[in-house]
Amino acid sequence: MRLLRHAATIAAKDVRAEIRAKHALATLLPFAATLLVSFGFAFGPGRDVLLRTAPGLLWMAVLFAAVIAARRAYQIESEDGALEGLLLAPIDKAAVFLGKAAAVALQLLMLVACALVLVVVLFDLTVRGPLVLAAAFGLGAVGLAAVGGLFGVLAEAARTREALFPTLVLPLVTPVLVAGVRATDLAATGRTDEAIAWLGLLVAFDVVFVSLGVLVFGFLMED
Amino acid sequence: MEIAARGLGTATSRSGERLLGVAALLALGLSATLSLVVAPPDALQGEVQRLMYVHVPAAWLAYLSFFVVFVSSVAYLRTSRIRWDRVAAASAEIGVLFTALAIVLGALWGKPVWGTWWTWDPRLTTTAMLLLIYIGYLAVRRITDNPTRRARWSAVIGVVGFVDVPIVHLSVVWWRSLHQQSTVLRLGGPQIEGSMLTALLVAVGAFTIVFAYLMAVRLRVGRLEERAAREALSPRLGEVEEAGR
Repeated sequence: MRLLRHAATIAAKDVRAEIRAKHALATLLPFAATLLVSFGFAFGPGRDVLLRTAPGLLWMAVLFAAVIAARRAYQIESEDGALEGLLLAPIDKAAVFLGKAAAVALQLLMLVACALVLVVVLFDLTVRGPLVLAAAFGLGAVGLAAVGGLFGVLAEAARTREALFPTLVLPLVTPVLVAGVRATDLAATGRTDEAIAWLGLLVAFDVVFVSLGVLVFGFLMED
Repeated sequence: MEIAARGLGTATSRSGERLLGVAALLALGLSATLSLVVAPPDALQGEVQRLMYVHVPAAWLAYLSFFVVFVSSVAYLRTSRIRWDRVAAASAEIGVLFTALAIVLGALWGKPVWGTWWTWDPRLTTTAMLLLIYIGYLAVRRITDNPTRRARWSAVIGVVGFVDVPIVHLSVVWWRSLHQQSTVLRLGGPQIEGSMLTALLVAVGAFTIVFAYLMAVRLRVGRLEERAAREALSPRLGEVEEAGR
């Protein structure tokens, strides 16, 4: 219980810092929007192809944004020895992981909401199963944030090797991409009952990676 | 675990290494004879099918070495002994090599038999993701000069990557079954002629000995690397002490 309270404190700190710096608003959103418009140029202007690829493109944008958000979550700690301060705090290291991941998940959800509007407008996507769609993105954001919150600390250490973090993270989150795209596709076409299995897969991924993060995050921070 | 470590020590001594090398050569020779001369060509696929005798053992080594990475990563996290980190590193390098080999050999076989280099079959796709995950693992091993930190980080990835593989596989299986676009041709069930099975089993055994040999060599190189790094560092450490005095 105390673990969750500490995690909530750290998440609140991160969210407050993000609201003040407006990093997500100023960088993440324009990045996702640019990506989606570029996808439109790459696959458009035929409506059919755009409509069929829309769920995949949307998730690709979320995936790339998650990579940036996770890196950012640890970048803000790199100045003024903030990370050392955080680690010296008398709290379980797992709380740091949970807090960071929660803050990243919140940013991703905000981003998804905006990106979804863009996709509906640009690619003419109709949503027939809003509940399934919300569940897919909610669960997907948690999974992506768990992987990002765990390995974001490596991204910060490997600043000179920019490609390393996405190379490591993108193959790991394949299940989120596959399940998320399929569930979104089914939600768009209204076959919501078929989406349950995919949502289950997302739940399994979330449970595994949140537990793994709680278990092993301390090893990444010990020095 | 202690016994395993001691066994490892014996196998990685110079004489143990030479013995493994000779055994690997002999086993590979026997395997080549069995699979190229003794086993008959496949009734349907002809000579191309002989690729199986290297493809299947390569895939087996890929899975074996990543399992070794997982086990030694857990062992490292529990004991903090740098020896386990060396085992994980050696095994991951061998694993990436043989995963790539298995994929390339599979593609060479797939072109004449399936008519395509690549198909998004679950096993193929999972193996490709496996390759990418452990390429990432090896990339992380290069980012830091602090050996303790490197060992800890790579051990975490060794554990997380391995746990992820079944989920990746499940997602790809579902993905395929709901999106069947092309029919995947398969080998005709488990029926396999006696001499072919023998050739295959011997090939798997031979490759496993090759794995042990490569591990022994790589572990020795790992120890030498560490010693070289220590010796390169020690004169400078001396200088610092002098200056401090």
